[in-house]
Amino acid sequence: MNRKSWFLPGVTIFGFVFLYAPIISLVVFSFNKSKLVTVWGGFSTKWYGELLNDPQILGAAWISLKIAFISATIALIFGTMVALVLTRFGKFRSKNLLNGMITAPLVMPEVITGLSLLLLFVSMEAAFGWPAGRGMLTIIIAHTTFGMAYVAVVVQARLSDMDDSLEEAALDLGAKPVRVFFDITLPVIAPALVSGWLLAVTLSLDDLVIASFVSGPGASTLPMVIFSKVRLGVSPDINALATIMIGIVGLGVAIAAFSLLRKPKTKLK
Amino acid sequence: MNWFAKLGLNGRWLVIAIPSLWLLIFFLAPFLVVLKIAFSEAAIARPPYTPLITWEEGRLLLTLNFGNFQYLWEDSLYLLSYLSSIKIAFFSTVFALLIGYPMAYYIARSDEKIRNILLMLVILPFWTSFLLRVYAWIGFLKGNGLINNFLIWLGIIDTPIIMMQTDFAVYVGIVYTYLPFMILPLYANLVKLDEALLEASADLGAKPMTTFFTVTLPLSMPGIIAGSMLVFIPAIGEYVIPALLGGPDTLMIGKVLWSEFFSNRDWPVASAVAMAMLILLVVPVMLLRKAEVRT
Repeated sequence: MNRKSWFLPGVTIFGFVFLYAPIISLVVFSFNKSKLVTVWGGFSTKWYGELLNDPQILGAAWISLKIAFISATIALIFGTMVALVLTRFGKFRSKNLLNGMITAPLVMPEVITGLSLLLLFVSMEAAFGWPAGRGMLTIIIAHTTFGMAYVAVVVQARLSDMDDSLEEAALDLGAKPVRVFFDITLPVIAPALVSGWLLAVTLSLDDLVIASFVSGPGASTLPMVIFSKVRLGVSPDINALATIMIGIVGLGVAIAAFSLLRKPKTKLK
Repeated sequence: MNWFAKLGLNGRWLVIAIPSLWLLIFFLAPFLVVLKIAFSEAAIARPPYTPLITWEEGRLLLTLNFGNFQYLWEDSLYLLSYLSSIKIAFFSTVFALLIGYPMAYYIARSDEKIRNILLMLVILPFWTSFLLRVYAWIGFLKGNGLINNFLIWLGIIDTPIIMMQTDFAVYVGIVYTYLPFMILPLYANLVKLDEALLEASADLGAKPMTTFFTVTLPLSMPGIIAGSMLVFIPAIGEYVIPALLGGPDTLMIGKVLWSEFFSNRDWPVASAVAMAMLILLVVPVMLLRKAEVRT
């Protein structure tokens, strides 16, 4: 192996440069004075100022955040229910159907999900007048549907890893199933719930294709505004926006890593 | 375990029914609607297609229009973009495997502390906006972009290489976006590989290369299939990457569906394209499920 020992680290370094160079360039050129995104013209923070004075972007960011919080929260509840049903409910008649419906959104191309949901909304509106028009509500419904699939996968993995003797003991001692869930299962799977919820938030904030299909006038999400700007060419205020978003993610990761290091792992596996 | 069986019959039924109902209405029903509209005819109306079932002179009529599928078959644009999607998705998967496999192998074989950091570095980009990361590549690939400026500065080239709005840029974008999806299942597989097998192979006189091709590679097959399908499946339906990095002659089926719907406003043809795309995904999805069962 020694003769070839440069190969593996070499490819690994190349891979990481490949993964991170674009992100780093976004950050660096957000502080560029020049309007040309790729030629350095001196340090400046003016693009951040321009960004904060752009009502279109700020409005879209607010809409996106609202959609992400609401849809991820509903997705968390429904996704956890599905995970519980699939791991703790034994056999029932429609189990295969439910299993199929919860995993299919993970591999479904976004264009198909978006088109099919829009056509459903249009047909429903024609048939019984709901949902009236399209906008935030229809985007929330769409994001909840794929968000719950991701939550279910994450929570299901944790539930099947978890030692269920504690739950059984509590049941044997006469606790009601609802109590067992809130007193024992929930605290143990809490980290999975947090990461499932964060995943659903991230996916919702990131979605361009499905939102474009099911959105209506007046409900442009942040990715939709970014996409229409970017199609006209590169613009430094988008770099500034990207840097802020990367900063938030970086901060979140730092906090998560810090709290993991400080707290000794609770052994409740 | 089945402890929720103790939950009263109504409670148990509710926990199953609520999410199931949601998925039936907002996931399964939409496909039936798409299927229905794929068999209707475009019309200048609201909504812009003809009904399948009509009531005429006391008779219930079901009209299935196969014209949309016939049209897909006869107009070469659709067949070409279908084939081009398969080609682009296939080669992107191969490139991602060629970069992802050595990376996964290296991470799986490194010390535990370094391993966790490297693993986090693989996952991290996924948490930042996909759209903005694809956008970043425009700055690298365009005529006066970073790569061309660098190569001109080095004196390797005199005139910029045209990379933006080509299939090359689409390959870069897809490999870049989905590389973590290739690495993670491969890593999960390779980290479980029993090193005693490699030692045994070496002790019996096999060269490292022979050991790799006869022991490591066959054992990591489920990881290879899972990772490849996780790249191939989303690449087939990709819209954002060809729209931002590709040119007007980059044909991909997701882009065709988008323009059929948003530019031509032909809902029945867009639905037929969606159905054709679904059929294309049946085999890869089945491969993925099989690989997931084996890992």
